[in-house]
Amino acid sequence: MDIGITGNVIAVVTIDKNVVSSSSAPIFYAANEEQRERVALLIAKTTRGMVHDLEIGAYIIVRH
Amino acid sequence: MDKYLTLIVTSLIMGTLARVLMMKVDYRQYPTYPQAYLSHFTLGIIASALGAVALPSIIEKEFVAVTFLALAAQQFRDVRNMERQSLDNIEVTELVPRGTAYIEDIAKAFEARNYIAILTSLISSIGVYFGVHFKFHWITQILLGVIFGTALYLALSNMLKGRAIEDIAHVKAAKITFDGPLLTVAGVPVMNIGLKDSRKIFLESGIAVEIIPKNPYAVTILANIGQRQSIQHNAATQLGIRKDLDEPDFTPIARRNPENGNVVMALITMKSDTDSLVEVVKRSPVLESAKRKPVDAFVTRNRG
Repeated sequence: MDIGITGNVIAVVTIDKNVVSSSSAPIFYAANEEQRERVALLIAKTTRGMVHDLEIGAYIIVRH
Repeated sequence: MDKYLTLIVTSLIMGTLARVLMMKVDYRQYPTYPQAYLSHFTLGIIASALGAVALPSIIEKEFVAVTFLALAAQQFRDVRNMERQSLDNIEVTELVPRGTAYIEDIAKAFEARNYIAILTSLISSIGVYFGVHFKFHWITQILLGVIFGTALYLALSNMLKGRAIEDIAHVKAAKITFDGPLLTVAGVPVMNIGLKDSRKIFLESGIAVEIIPKNPYAVTILANIGQRQSIQHNAATQLGIRKDLDEPDFTPIARRNPENGNVVMALITMKSDTDSLVEVVKRSPVLESAKRKPVDAFVTRNRG
């Protein structure tokens, strides 16, 4: 059986500290866009989540 | 017993034949070959045997024997349950799930096919009995049974033949574009793809279709989530999806344009072939459980 948290933001990856203040999900700060892509990919692969772009410098990883 | 030998044997064979003819092993590989195939074949024989002995028992005034038919109905409901459970169990192992509506449709089809077997053998036995009654030669008796059975089988299987998407909608290739991170097909936003690499793959090898319903009925059918899930499943299994469990970006999602009811779907397959995708979607079955007739409703009819 597939057990896990779905429909939830698992993590936030951002390059702009100002756009995320507090979150129930862990926040990862990336130095640049390239690193943000990489970190988001790694988290998504580990959690089987999907990466979504919020266009404000932050990515969220959501498990659907 | 000798009296009914021709009758029972003819109808038993006709019923079993009807069941075998309905067992198609095609791309779906369902029923799985050879084990499920054998079990359905055996159930088909049992069904036709029940149909075959119904008439003789009435003739012999053994009315209680007919209650066996009720038992048969119960038995075939179990066939539906069995199919549903087995498909539900393997659902989690599918990269693109069939969806409960599709499973329900398949399960119902299996139940109905057993009823076809039982009815075919029953009608065949009536045919043979006609021959016996009018004292025809035994070959003519069998022939009558075969004709009766075949006619019923053809009529029923024609009635049960479902429609395909191409009967209710136009299907055409569509273009994939990105509106920021939003994957957009024919102007309909489908999903938010964050990773730039995934977007690149979509632009390079993604294929997409637009399904345009022909009438208001088709709009409601295509709005059904189960119907869309079955299209996704069919497309993914037949074309070979380029995706693994940890790549939800490439899950095919059929989204609906709320303005006009058009449905769009983007897919990344092993080999990008838009024509095949259009063909597969056209041949996808219209699910029985998705059928609605909104235009026939009292309110819509009277208010235009």
